[in-house]
Amino acid sequence: MFKASQKLAIAALALGALVSAPAAWADEEADLIINGEKMDIRVEAPEGHPLDEILSGWIFRTDETQALETDDFDNPSFIFVEQAQEAWSTVEGEAGKSCESCHGDVAESMKGVRAAMPKYNEQAKDLWSLENYINSCRTERMQAKPWKWAKADMDAMVALIGLQSRGMPMSVKVDGPAAEYFKKGEEIYYTRFGQLELSCANCHEDNYGNMIRADHLSQGQINGFPTYRLKNTKLNSIHARFKGCIRDTRAETFSPGSEEFRALELYVAWRGQGLSIETPSVRQ
Amino acid sequence: MKTSILAIAATMLATGALAEPVAPSAVSFNDGAVATSLSGQPGDATRGREIVGTKSLGNCVSCHAITEMSDVPWHGEVGPTLDGVADRWDEAQLRGIVANAKMTYDGTIMPAFYKVSGFTRPGDGYTGKAAKEISPVLDAQQIEDVVAYLMTLKEE
Ligand code: HEC
Ligand code: HEC
Ligand code: HEC
Repeated sequence: MFKASQKLAIAALALGALVSAPAAWADEEADLIINGEKMDIRVEAPEGHPLDEILSGWIFRTDETQALETDDFDNPSFIFVEQAQEAWSTVEGEAGKSCESCHGDVAESMKGVRAAMPKYNEQAKDLWSLENYINSCRTERMQAKPWKWAKADMDAMVALIGLQSRGMPMSVKVDGPAAEYFKKGEEIYYTRFGQLELSCANCHEDNYGNMIRADHLSQGQINGFPTYRLKNTKLNSIHARFKGCIRDTRAETFSPGSEEFRALELYVAWRGQGLSIETPSVRQ
Repeated sequence: MKTSILAIAATMLATGALAEPVAPSAVSFNDGAVATSLSGQPGDATRGREIVGTKSLGNCVSCHAITEMSDVPWHGEVGPTLDGVADRWDEAQLRGIVANAKMTYDGTIMPAFYKVSGFTRPGDGYTGKAAKEISPVLDAQQIEDVVAYLMTLKEE
Protein backbone atom coordinates (compact mmCIF):
# COMPACT_ATOMS: atom_id res chain seq x y z
CA MET A 1 0.00 0.00 0.00
CA PHE A 2 3.04 2.22 0.21
CA LYS A 3 2.84 2.71 -3.52
CA ALA A 4 -0.67 4.10 -3.57
CA SER A 5 -0.32 6.36 -0.56
CA GLN A 6 2.91 7.72 -1.95
CA LYS A 7 1.17 8.58 -5.20
CA LEU A 8 -1.57 10.28 -3.26
CA ALA A 9 0.96 12.36 -1.41
CA ILE A 10 2.45 13.42 -4.73
CA ALA A 11 -0.99 14.22 -6.05
CA ALA A 12 -1.68 16.35 -3.02
CA LEU A 13 1.51 18.27 -3.66
CA ALA A 14 0.78 18.65 -7.34
CA LEU A 15 -2.72 19.86 -6.72
CA GLY A 16 -1.48 22.29 -4.15
CA ALA A 17 -3.49 24.36 -1.80
CA LEU A 18 -5.34 26.16 -4.56
CA VAL A 19 -7.76 23.36 -5.24
CA SER A 20 -10.57 23.58 -2.77
CA ALA A 21 -10.05 20.96 -0.11
CA PRO A 22 -10.86 17.59 -1.65
CA ALA A 23 -12.82 15.05 0.33
CA ALA A 24 -10.73 13.22 2.89
CA TRP A 25 -9.19 10.15 1.31
CA ALA A 26 -9.38 7.35 3.73
CA ASP A 27 -6.57 5.72 5.61
CA GLU A 28 -5.60 2.99 3.17
CA GLU A 29 -4.65 0.63 5.96
CA ALA A 30 -8.08 0.73 7.57
CA ASP A 31 -10.06 -2.47 8.04
CA LEU A 32 -13.62 -2.89 6.92
CA ILE A 33 -15.84 -4.08 9.72
CA ILE A 34 -19.53 -4.36 8.93
CA ASN A 35 -21.84 -4.72 11.94
CA GLY A 36 -18.85 -5.99 13.89
CA GLU A 37 -17.81 -8.57 11.29
CA LYS A 38 -14.40 -8.14 9.65
CA MET A 39 -14.28 -8.39 5.86
CA ASP A 40 -11.30 -9.61 3.85
CA ILE A 41 -10.56 -6.58 1.71
CA ARG A 42 -6.88 -7.30 0.94
CA VAL A 43 -6.06 -10.73 -0.37
CA GLU A 44 -2.77 -12.09 -1.60
CA ALA A 45 -3.08 -12.98 -5.27
CA PRO A 46 -2.54 -16.59 -6.27
CA GLU A 47 0.26 -17.57 -8.66
CA GLY A 48 -0.37 -16.42 -12.22
CA HIS A 49 -2.84 -13.71 -11.19
CA PRO A 50 -2.40 -10.38 -13.00
CA LEU A 51 -2.44 -8.39 -9.72
CA ASP A 52 0.04 -8.57 -6.83
CA GLU A 53 -2.60 -7.95 -4.25
CA ILE A 54 -6.36 -8.13 -4.64
CA LEU A 55 -8.04 -5.06 -3.14
CA SER A 56 -11.65 -4.21 -2.48
CA GLY A 57 -12.98 -1.00 -4.02
CA TRP A 58 -13.94 0.13 -0.50
CA ILE A 59 -10.27 0.93 0.20
CA PHE A 60 -10.24 3.63 -2.46
CA ARG A 61 -13.25 5.60 -1.25
CA THR A 62 -13.36 8.62 1.05
CA ASP A 63 -13.77 8.37 4.81
CA GLU A 64 -17.38 9.50 4.53
CA THR A 65 -18.35 6.99 1.84
CA GLN A 66 -16.49 4.22 3.64
CA ALA A 67 -18.33 4.87 6.88
CA LEU A 68 -21.74 4.38 5.22
CA GLU A 69 -20.91 0.75 4.53
CA THR A 70 -19.88 -0.21 8.05
CA ASP A 71 -23.33 -0.23 9.60
CA ASP A 72 -26.53 -1.46 7.95
CA PHE A 73 -28.52 1.32 9.61
CA ASP A 74 -26.41 3.91 7.77
CA ASN A 75 -26.27 1.98 4.50
CA PRO A 76 -28.91 3.44 2.14
CA SER A 77 -29.08 0.13 0.21
CA PHE A 78 -31.18 -1.38 2.93
CA ILE A 79 -34.32 0.41 1.84
CA PHE A 80 -34.11 -1.65 -1.35
CA VAL A 81 -33.14 -4.83 0.47
CA GLU A 82 -36.30 -4.48 2.56
CA GLN A 83 -38.39 -4.06 -0.56
CA ALA A 84 -36.88 -7.26 -1.95
CA GLN A 85 -37.58 -9.05 1.30
CA GLU A 86 -41.21 -8.17 0.79
CA ALA A 87 -41.13 -9.31 -2.84
CA TRP A 88 -39.58 -12.58 -1.67
CA SER A 89 -42.75 -13.44 0.19
CA THR A 90 -45.21 -12.02 -2.34
CA VAL A 91 -47.18 -14.43 -4.51
CA GLU A 92 -46.92 -13.55 -8.20
CA GLY A 93 -47.74 -15.27 -11.48
CA GLU A 94 -50.08 -18.04 -12.66
CA ALA A 95 -48.55 -20.73 -10.46
CA GLY A 96 -49.61 -18.84 -7.36
CA LYS A 97 -46.22 -19.00 -5.71
CA SER A 98 -43.72 -16.69 -4.10
CA CYS A 99 -39.98 -17.24 -3.86
CA GLU A 100 -40.60 -18.18 -0.27
CA SER A 101 -43.09 -20.92 -1.21
CA CYS A 102 -40.21 -22.97 -2.53
CA HIS A 103 -37.08 -21.49 -1.01
CA GLY A 104 -38.30 -20.73 2.50
CA ASP A 105 -36.10 -18.43 4.55
CA VAL A 106 -33.83 -16.49 2.20
CA ALA A 107 -31.11 -16.36 4.86
CA GLU A 108 -30.78 -20.13 4.74
CA SER A 109 -31.63 -21.11 1.18
CA MET A 110 -29.58 -18.36 -0.48
CA LYS A 111 -26.49 -18.49 1.72
CA GLY A 112 -23.36 -18.76 -0.43
CA VAL A 113 -25.23 -18.47 -3.73
CA ARG A 114 -23.74 -15.11 -4.70
CA ALA A 115 -20.17 -16.20 -4.03
CA ALA A 116 -20.27 -18.76 -6.85
CA MET A 117 -21.97 -16.58 -9.47
CA PRO A 118 -21.86 -16.49 -12.39
CA LYS A 119 -21.76 -20.25 -13.00
CA TYR A 120 -22.29 -22.68 -15.81
CA ASN A 121 -25.81 -24.05 -15.93
CA GLU A 122 -25.83 -27.61 -17.23
CA GLN A 123 -29.45 -27.58 -18.30
CA ALA A 124 -29.32 -24.28 -20.14
CA LYS A 125 -25.83 -25.08 -21.43
CA ASP A 126 -24.87 -21.49 -20.78
CA LEU A 127 -23.13 -19.32 -18.21
CA TRP A 128 -25.75 -17.86 -15.91
CA SER A 129 -25.56 -14.82 -13.68
CA LEU A 130 -27.72 -14.52 -10.57
CA GLU A 131 -30.24 -12.56 -12.65
CA ASN A 132 -30.69 -15.50 -15.02
CA TYR A 133 -31.52 -17.80 -12.12
CA ILE A 134 -34.01 -15.36 -10.66
CA ASN A 135 -35.74 -14.84 -13.99
CA SER A 136 -35.88 -18.54 -14.76
CA CYS A 137 -37.67 -19.13 -11.45
CA ARG A 138 -40.04 -16.30 -12.22
CA THR A 139 -40.93 -17.42 -15.72
CA GLU A 140 -40.72 -21.24 -15.47
CA ARG A 141 -41.65 -21.89 -11.87
CA MET A 142 -43.94 -18.98 -10.99
CA GLN A 143 -45.24 -18.21 -14.47
CA ALA A 144 -44.65 -14.57 -13.72
CA LYS A 145 -43.08 -11.95 -15.97
CA PRO A 146 -39.31 -11.77 -16.02
CA TRP A 147 -37.68 -8.74 -14.46
CA LYS A 148 -35.56 -6.45 -16.61
CA TRP A 149 -31.83 -6.58 -15.97
CA ALA A 150 -30.30 -3.57 -14.26
CA LYS A 151 -33.72 -2.30 -13.13
CA ALA A 152 -34.97 -1.67 -9.61
CA ASP A 153 -36.88 -4.94 -8.88
CA MET A 154 -34.10 -7.11 -10.14
CA ASP A 155 -31.26 -5.15 -8.53
CA ALA A 156 -33.02 -5.23 -5.16
CA MET A 157 -33.53 -9.01 -5.30
CA VAL A 158 -29.90 -9.51 -6.34
CA ALA A 159 -28.91 -7.39 -3.33
CA LEU A 160 -31.09 -9.39 -0.94
CA ILE A 161 -29.67 -12.69 -2.21
CA GLY A 162 -26.11 -11.32 -2.26
CA LEU A 163 -26.42 -10.13 1.31
CA GLN A 164 -26.85 -13.76 2.42
CA SER A 165 -23.25 -14.38 1.33
CA ARG A 166 -21.78 -11.35 3.05
CA GLY A 167 -18.37 -12.10 4.53
CA MET A 168 -17.94 -15.23 2.43
CA PRO A 169 -15.08 -15.33 -0.09
CA MET A 170 -15.71 -14.87 -3.80
CA SER A 171 -15.09 -18.26 -5.36
CA VAL A 172 -16.23 -18.75 -8.94
CA LYS A 173 -15.49 -21.83 -10.98
CA VAL A 174 -13.55 -21.05 -14.14
CA ASP A 175 -12.61 -24.50 -15.41
CA GLY A 176 -14.64 -27.13 -17.23
CA PRO A 177 -17.46 -25.68 -19.33
CA ALA A 178 -16.89 -22.23 -17.77
CA ALA A 179 -13.40 -22.04 -19.29
CA GLU A 180 -14.48 -20.69 -22.67
CA TYR A 181 -16.49 -17.90 -21.02
CA PHE A 182 -13.53 -17.10 -18.81
CA LYS A 183 -11.29 -16.78 -21.85
CA LYS A 184 -13.78 -14.58 -23.63
CA GLY A 185 -14.14 -12.38 -20.55
CA GLU A 186 -10.39 -12.02 -20.27
CA GLU A 187 -10.18 -10.99 -23.90
CA ILE A 188 -12.83 -8.31 -23.37
CA TYR A 189 -11.00 -7.08 -20.26
CA TYR A 190 -7.87 -6.35 -22.26
CA THR A 191 -9.56 -4.95 -25.38
CA ARG A 192 -9.02 -1.24 -25.90
CA PHE A 193 -12.53 -0.12 -26.71
CA GLY A 194 -13.92 3.01 -28.26
CA GLN A 195 -12.51 6.17 -29.66
CA LEU A 196 -10.43 6.67 -26.52
CA GLU A 197 -8.97 3.17 -26.94
CA LEU A 198 -9.03 2.24 -23.27
CA SER A 199 -9.30 -1.25 -21.82
CA CYS A 200 -10.55 -2.17 -18.38
CA ALA A 201 -6.93 -3.05 -17.58
CA ASN A 202 -5.67 0.41 -18.60
CA CYS A 203 -7.64 1.94 -15.75
CA HIS A 204 -8.15 -0.85 -13.19
CA GLU A 205 -4.86 -2.76 -13.51
CA ASP A 206 -2.30 -0.21 -14.69
CA ASN A 207 -3.66 2.75 -12.75
CA TYR A 208 -5.47 1.68 -9.61
CA GLY A 209 -4.52 3.99 -6.77
CA ASN A 210 -4.19 6.89 -9.22
CA MET A 211 -6.60 9.75 -9.61
CA ILE A 212 -8.43 10.12 -12.93
CA ARG A 213 -9.91 13.56 -12.61
CA ALA A 214 -12.02 13.44 -9.40
CA ASP A 215 -12.11 9.65 -9.25
CA HIS A 216 -9.75 7.52 -7.24
CA LEU A 217 -9.25 4.44 -9.41
CA SER A 218 -9.84 1.06 -7.79
CA GLN A 219 -9.23 -2.40 -9.22
CA GLY A 220 -12.83 -2.46 -10.48
CA GLN A 221 -13.79 -5.44 -8.28
CA ILE A 222 -17.38 -6.71 -8.12
CA ASN A 223 -17.48 -8.18 -4.61
CA GLY A 224 -19.75 -5.39 -3.35
CA PHE A 225 -22.48 -5.44 -6.01
CA PRO A 226 -25.13 -4.28 -6.34
CA THR A 227 -23.72 -1.01 -5.17
CA TYR A 228 -25.64 1.94 -3.81
CA ARG A 229 -24.17 5.01 -5.49
CA LEU A 230 -24.46 8.41 -3.88
CA LYS A 231 -24.34 9.80 -7.41
CA ASN A 232 -27.66 8.31 -8.53
CA THR A 233 -29.11 7.29 -5.13
CA LYS A 234 -30.06 3.79 -6.22
CA LEU A 235 -28.65 0.31 -6.53
CA ASN A 236 -26.38 -0.28 -9.50
CA SER A 237 -25.84 -3.71 -10.98
CA ILE A 238 -22.58 -5.21 -12.16
CA HIS A 239 -23.58 -5.03 -15.79
CA ALA A 240 -24.78 -1.43 -15.49
CA ARG A 241 -21.34 -0.52 -14.15
CA PHE A 242 -19.61 -2.36 -16.99
CA LYS A 243 -21.85 -0.52 -19.42
CA GLY A 244 -20.98 2.86 -17.91
CA CYS A 245 -17.26 2.17 -17.95
CA ILE A 246 -17.30 1.11 -21.61
CA ARG A 247 -19.51 4.04 -22.60
CA ASP A 248 -16.96 6.38 -21.05
CA THR A 249 -14.35 5.22 -23.53
CA ARG A 250 -16.58 6.60 -26.30
CA ALA A 251 -17.47 3.07 -27.32
CA GLU A 252 -20.58 1.16 -28.31
CA THR A 253 -21.36 -0.80 -25.16
CA PHE A 254 -22.80 -4.28 -24.68
CA SER A 255 -26.20 -4.78 -23.05
CA PRO A 256 -26.83 -5.92 -19.48
CA GLY A 257 -27.41 -9.67 -19.61
CA SER A 258 -25.51 -10.11 -22.89
CA GLU A 259 -23.19 -13.06 -23.30
CA GLU A 260 -20.27 -10.65 -23.42
CA PHE A 261 -21.10 -9.11 -20.05
CA ARG A 262 -21.78 -12.48 -18.40
CA ALA A 263 -18.37 -13.68 -19.63
CA LEU A 264 -16.76 -10.46 -18.43
CA GLU A 265 -18.52 -10.84 -15.08
CA LEU A 266 -17.02 -14.31 -14.64
CA TYR A 267 -13.55 -13.07 -15.47
CA VAL A 268 -13.80 -10.01 -13.19
CA ALA A 269 -15.21 -12.19 -10.38
CA TRP A 270 -12.13 -14.39 -10.73
CA ARG A 271 -9.86 -11.35 -10.45
CA GLY A 272 -11.44 -10.81 -7.04
CA GLN A 273 -11.27 -14.41 -5.80
CA GLY A 274 -10.97 -14.49 -2.03
CA LEU A 275 -12.36 -11.00 -1.35
CA SER A 276 -15.29 -11.03 1.06
CA ILE A 277 -18.68 -10.43 -0.46
CA GLU A 278 -19.64 -6.93 0.76
CA THR A 279 -23.08 -6.75 -0.82
CA PRO A 280 -24.68 -4.25 -0.72
CA SER A 281 -21.75 -1.80 -0.86
CA VAL A 282 -21.78 2.00 -0.96
CA ARG A 283 -19.81 3.99 -3.50
CA GLN A 284 -19.59 7.60 -4.64
CA MET B 1 10.38 43.05 -48.92
CA LYS B 2 10.30 40.52 -46.10
CA THR B 3 7.51 42.34 -44.34
CA SER B 4 5.32 42.48 -47.40
CA ILE B 5 5.58 38.72 -47.95
CA LEU B 6 4.63 38.19 -44.35
CA ALA B 7 1.77 40.62 -44.76
CA ILE B 8 0.51 38.73 -47.80
CA ALA B 9 0.84 35.43 -45.99
CA ALA B 10 -1.05 36.85 -43.04
CA THR B 11 -3.84 38.08 -45.29
CA MET B 12 -4.07 34.73 -46.97
CA LEU B 13 -4.22 33.02 -43.58
CA ALA B 14 -6.88 35.38 -42.39
CA THR B 15 -9.01 34.87 -45.46
CA GLY B 16 -8.53 31.14 -45.20
CA ALA B 17 -6.80 30.81 -48.57
CA LEU B 18 -4.11 28.57 -47.02
CA ALA B 19 -6.31 27.16 -44.34
CA GLU B 20 -7.17 23.77 -45.77
CA PRO B 21 -7.02 21.47 -42.72
CA VAL B 22 -5.02 18.27 -43.03
CA ALA B 23 -7.40 15.30 -42.76
CA PRO B 24 -6.74 12.96 -39.81
CA SER B 25 -5.79 10.14 -42.19
CA ALA B 26 -3.35 12.37 -44.07
CA VAL B 27 -1.25 13.59 -41.13
CA SER B 28 2.40 12.77 -41.66
CA PHE B 29 4.34 11.81 -38.56
CA ASN B 30 8.10 11.99 -38.51
CA ASP B 31 9.43 10.17 -35.45
CA GLY B 32 6.16 11.03 -33.77
CA ALA B 33 6.38 14.73 -34.67
CA VAL B 34 4.12 16.69 -37.02
CA ALA B 35 5.97 19.60 -38.60
CA THR B 36 3.23 21.97 -39.76
CA SER B 37 -0.07 23.31 -38.47
CA LEU B 38 -2.93 20.88 -39.05
CA SER B 39 -5.38 23.70 -39.68
CA GLY B 40 -3.01 25.87 -41.64
CA GLN B 41 -3.54 28.51 -38.95
CA PRO B 42 -1.63 29.34 -35.80
CA GLY B 43 -3.12 28.18 -32.51
CA ASP B 44 -4.70 30.33 -29.83
CA ALA B 45 -3.27 29.53 -26.39
CA THR B 46 -6.25 30.96 -24.49
CA ARG B 47 -8.67 28.72 -26.32
CA GLY B 48 -6.21 25.86 -25.93
CA ARG B 49 -6.18 26.33 -22.16
CA GLU B 50 -9.96 26.04 -22.15
CA ILE B 51 -9.87 22.83 -24.19
CA VAL B 52 -7.24 21.25 -21.94
CA GLY B 53 -9.27 21.94 -18.80
CA THR B 54 -12.77 21.14 -20.06
CA LYS B 55 -14.19 17.68 -19.59
CA SER B 56 -16.25 17.63 -22.77
CA LEU B 57 -13.31 18.84 -24.90
CA GLY B 58 -9.72 17.70 -24.39
CA ASN B 59 -10.17 16.70 -20.76
CA CYS B 60 -6.39 16.51 -20.51
CA VAL B 61 -6.39 17.35 -16.80
CA SER B 62 -8.26 14.16 -16.05
CA CYS B 63 -4.91 12.45 -16.60
CA HIS B 64 -2.36 15.28 -16.25
CA ALA B 65 -1.73 17.77 -13.46
CA ILE B 66 -0.79 21.32 -14.48
CA THR B 67 0.20 23.70 -11.68
CA GLU B 68 -0.66 26.76 -13.75
CA MET B 69 -4.25 25.49 -14.13
CA SER B 70 -5.03 25.10 -10.46
CA ASP B 71 -8.23 27.15 -10.91
CA VAL B 72 -9.63 24.01 -12.56
CA PRO B 73 -10.30 21.41 -9.84
CA TRP B 74 -9.32 17.74 -9.89
CA HIS B 75 -6.20 16.98 -11.86
CA GLY B 76 -5.43 13.36 -12.54
CA GLU B 77 -2.22 11.41 -12.19
CA VAL B 78 -2.46 8.78 -14.90
CA GLY B 79 0.02 10.74 -17.05
CA PRO B 80 2.99 12.95 -16.06
CA THR B 81 2.52 16.57 -15.01
CA LEU B 82 2.62 18.91 -17.99
CA ASP B 83 4.55 21.57 -16.09
CA GLY B 84 7.53 22.62 -18.22
CA VAL B 85 6.43 20.38 -21.09
CA ALA B 86 7.60 22.93 -23.67
CA ASP B 87 11.13 22.60 -22.30
CA ARG B 88 11.04 18.88 -23.00
CA TRP B 89 9.44 18.89 -26.47
CA ASP B 90 9.36 21.28 -29.40
CA GLU B 91 6.18 22.42 -31.12
CA ALA B 92 6.21 19.72 -33.83
CA GLN B 93 6.69 17.00 -31.24
CA LEU B 94 3.89 18.35 -29.07
CA ARG B 95 1.59 18.49 -32.10
CA GLY B 96 2.40 14.85 -32.80
CA ILE B 97 1.75 13.83 -29.18
CA VAL B 98 -1.62 15.58 -29.06
CA ALA B 99 -2.70 14.37 -32.52
CA ASN B 100 -1.72 10.74 -31.88
CA ALA B 101 0.47 10.02 -28.87
CA LYS B 102 0.77 6.40 -29.97
CA MET B 103 3.23 7.54 -32.64
CA THR B 104 5.54 8.80 -29.87
CA TYR B 105 4.80 6.29 -27.12
CA ASP B 106 4.01 2.83 -28.44
CA GLY B 107 0.82 1.51 -26.86
CA THR B 108 0.33 4.50 -24.55
CA ILE B 109 -2.85 4.91 -22.53
CA MET B 110 -3.15 8.47 -23.82
CA PRO B 111 -5.95 8.65 -26.39
CA ALA B 112 -5.32 9.84 -29.94
CA PHE B 113 -7.15 13.14 -30.40
CA TYR B 114 -6.86 13.44 -34.18
CA LYS B 115 -7.64 10.01 -35.50
CA VAL B 116 -10.78 8.54 -37.08
CA SER B 117 -10.11 4.90 -37.84
CA GLY B 118 -8.77 1.68 -36.37
CA PHE B 119 -11.10 1.68 -33.33
CA THR B 120 -12.86 -1.28 -31.69
CA ARG B 121 -16.60 -0.62 -31.33
CA PRO B 122 -16.40 3.16 -31.64
CA GLY B 123 -19.35 4.93 -30.06
CA ASP B 124 -21.50 7.89 -30.95
CA GLY B 125 -19.84 10.26 -28.48
CA TYR B 126 -20.67 9.19 -24.93
CA THR B 127 -24.11 7.76 -25.72
CA GLY B 128 -22.98 4.12 -25.64
CA LYS B 129 -24.56 3.62 -29.08
CA ALA B 130 -22.64 2.72 -32.23
CA ALA B 131 -20.94 5.59 -34.05
CA LYS B 132 -22.63 6.77 -37.20
CA GLU B 133 -19.68 8.69 -38.48
CA ILE B 134 -16.48 9.29 -36.62
CA SER B 135 -14.99 12.72 -36.26
CA PRO B 136 -11.77 13.23 -34.31
CA VAL B 137 -12.11 14.04 -30.59
CA LEU B 138 -10.60 17.46 -31.35
CA ASP B 139 -10.65 19.20 -34.73
CA ALA B 140 -7.54 20.53 -36.47
CA GLN B 141 -7.83 24.04 -35.05
CA GLN B 142 -8.46 22.73 -31.54
CA ILE B 143 -5.27 20.64 -31.79
CA GLU B 144 -3.38 23.79 -32.78
CA ASP B 145 -4.92 25.73 -29.89
CA VAL B 146 -3.88 23.02 -27.43
CA VAL B 147 -0.35 22.96 -28.86
CA ALA B 148 -0.16 26.76 -28.53
CA TYR B 149 -1.16 26.46 -24.88
CA LEU B 150 1.33 23.66 -24.21
CA MET B 151 4.07 25.88 -25.71
CA THR B 152 3.42 28.35 -22.87
CA LEU B 153 4.23 25.71 -20.25
CA LYS B 154 7.89 26.57 -19.71
CA GLU B 155 9.85 26.47 -16.52
CA GLU B 156 13.36 27.35 -17.71
C1 HEC C 1 -41.85 -23.43 -7.64
C2 HEC C 1 -40.69 -23.34 -6.81
C3 HEC C 1 -39.80 -22.13 -6.95
C4 HEC C 1 -40.15 -20.82 -6.88
C5 HEC C 1 -41.51 -20.21 -6.72
C6 HEC C 1 -38.92 -20.07 -6.98
N1 HEC C 1 -37.86 -20.91 -7.12
FE1 HEC C 1 -35.93 -20.43 -7.26
N2 HEC C 1 -35.44 -22.34 -7.57
C7 HEC C 1 -36.31 -23.41 -7.50
C8 HEC C 1 -35.61 -24.64 -7.82
C9 HEC C 1 -36.20 -26.01 -7.86
C10 HEC C 1 -34.27 -24.24 -8.08
C11 HEC C 1 -33.12 -25.13 -8.48
C12 HEC C 1 -32.47 -25.57 -7.23
C13 HEC C 1 -31.20 -26.30 -7.54
O1 HEC C 1 -30.95 -26.62 -8.69
O2 HEC C 1 -30.45 -26.51 -6.60
C14 HEC C 1 -34.21 -22.81 -7.89
C15 HEC C 1 -33.04 -22.07 -8.00
C16 HEC C 1 -32.95 -20.73 -7.67
C17 HEC C 1 -31.70 -19.99 -7.62
C18 HEC C 1 -30.32 -20.54 -7.92
C19 HEC C 1 -29.74 -21.11 -6.66
C20 HEC C 1 -28.41 -21.74 -6.88
O3 HEC C 1 -27.77 -22.09 -5.89
O4 HEC C 1 -27.99 -21.92 -8.01
C21 HEC C 1 -32.01 -18.72 -7.26
C22 HEC C 1 -31.04 -17.57 -7.08
C23 HEC C 1 -33.46 -18.67 -7.09
N3 HEC C 1 -33.97 -19.91 -7.35
C24 HEC C 1 -34.14 -17.53 -6.74
C25 HEC C 1 -35.53 -17.46 -6.72
C26 HEC C 1 -36.26 -16.23 -6.52
C27 HEC C 1 -35.63 -14.86 -6.28
C28 HEC C 1 -37.57 -16.55 -6.61
C29 HEC C 1 -38.74 -15.61 -6.53
C30 HEC C 1 -38.71 -14.49 -7.50
C31 HEC C 1 -37.66 -17.98 -6.83
N4 HEC C 1 -36.41 -18.51 -6.90
C32 HEC C 1 -38.84 -18.69 -6.94
C33 HEC C 1 -37.64 -23.35 -7.19
C34 HEC C 1 -38.36 -22.19 -7.09
C1 HEC D 1 -11.16 5.48 -18.23
C2 HEC D 1 -10.96 4.63 -17.11
C3 HEC D 1 -11.85 3.40 -16.93
C4 HEC D 1 -11.99 2.34 -17.77
C5 HEC D 1 -11.37 2.15 -19.15
C6 HEC D 1 -12.84 1.41 -17.10
N1 HEC D 1 -13.22 1.91 -15.89
FE1 HEC D 1 -14.26 0.92 -14.45
N2 HEC D 1 -14.21 2.58 -13.29
C7 HEC D 1 -13.58 3.76 -13.60
C8 HEC D 1 -13.77 4.70 -12.54
C9 HEC D 1 -13.24 6.12 -12.50
C10 HEC D 1 -14.55 4.05 -11.55
C11 HEC D 1 -15.01 4.61 -10.20
C12 HEC D 1 -13.85 4.56 -9.24
C13 HEC D 1 -13.30 3.18 -9.08
O1 HEC D 1 -13.87 2.36 -8.33
O2 HEC D 1 -12.30 2.86 -9.76
C14 HEC D 1 -14.79 2.71 -12.05
C15 HEC D 1 -15.48 1.73 -11.35
C16 HEC D 1 -15.62 0.43 -11.75
C17 HEC D 1 -16.24 -0.62 -10.98
C18 HEC D 1 -16.86 -0.46 -9.59
C19 HEC D 1 -15.86 -0.83 -8.53
C20 HEC D 1 -16.42 -0.77 -7.14
O3 HEC D 1 -15.67 -1.07 -6.20
O4 HEC D 1 -17.59 -0.43 -6.96
C21 HEC D 1 -16.18 -1.76 -11.72
C22 HEC D 1 -16.70 -3.13 -11.34
C23 HEC D 1 -15.52 -1.41 -12.97
N3 HEC D 1 -15.19 -0.08 -12.96
C24 HEC D 1 -15.27 -2.31 -14.00
C25 HEC D 1 -14.73 -1.96 -15.22
C26 HEC D 1 -14.62 -2.88 -16.34
C27 HEC D 1 -15.01 -4.34 -16.31
C28 HEC D 1 -14.08 -2.16 -17.36
C29 HEC D 1 -13.85 -2.62 -18.78
C30 HEC D 1 -15.04 -2.99 -19.51
C31 HEC D 1 -13.82 -0.82 -16.88
N4 HEC D 1 -14.26 -0.73 -15.59
C32 HEC D 1 -13.21 0.19 -17.62
C33 HEC D 1 -12.83 4.01 -14.71
C34 HEC D 1 -12.65 3.14 -15.77
C1 HEC E 1 -6.24 8.69 -20.33
C2 HEC E 1 -5.17 9.54 -19.85
C3 HEC E 1 -4.62 10.66 -20.71
C4 HEC E 1 -5.33 11.69 -21.27
C5 HEC E 1 -6.85 11.91 -21.27
C6 HEC E 1 -4.34 12.57 -21.85
N1 HEC E 1 -3.09 12.08 -21.66
FE1 HEC E 1 -1.34 12.96 -22.23
N2 HEC E 1 -0.29 11.39 -21.51
C7 HEC E 1 -0.84 10.32 -20.82
C8 HEC E 1 0.22 9.41 -20.45
C9 HEC E 1 0.06 8.12 -19.66
C10 HEC E 1 1.43 9.99 -20.92
C11 HEC E 1 2.83 9.44 -20.81
C12 HEC E 1 3.16 8.68 -22.05
C13 HEC E 1 3.39 7.23 -21.77
O1 HEC E 1 4.40 6.91 -21.14
O2 HEC E 1 2.51 6.41 -22.13
C14 HEC E 1 1.06 11.23 -21.57
C15 HEC E 1 1.99 12.12 -22.15
C16 HEC E 1 1.68 13.38 -22.59
C17 HEC E 1 2.63 14.38 -23.00
C18 HEC E 1 4.14 14.26 -22.92
C19 HEC E 1 4.47 14.67 -21.49
C20 HEC E 1 5.93 14.81 -21.13
O3 HEC E 1 6.16 15.46 -20.15
O4 HEC E 1 6.79 14.26 -21.78
C21 HEC E 1 1.92 15.48 -23.38
C22 HEC E 1 2.46 16.80 -23.88
C23 HEC E 1 0.53 15.16 -23.21
N3 HEC E 1 0.41 13.88 -22.72
C24 HEC E 1 -0.50 16.04 -23.49
C25 HEC E 1 -1.86 15.73 -23.37
C26 HEC E 1 -2.91 16.61 -23.79
C27 HEC E 1 -2.71 17.99 -24.35
C28 HEC E 1 -4.07 15.96 -23.55
C29 HEC E 1 -5.50 16.43 -23.85
C30 HEC E 1 -5.74 16.86 -25.21
C31 HEC E 1 -3.74 14.68 -22.95
N4 HEC E 1 -2.38 14.58 -22.86
C32 HEC E 1 -4.66 13.75 -22.52
C33 HEC E 1 -2.17 10.12 -20.53
C34 HEC E 1 -3.21 10.92 -20.95
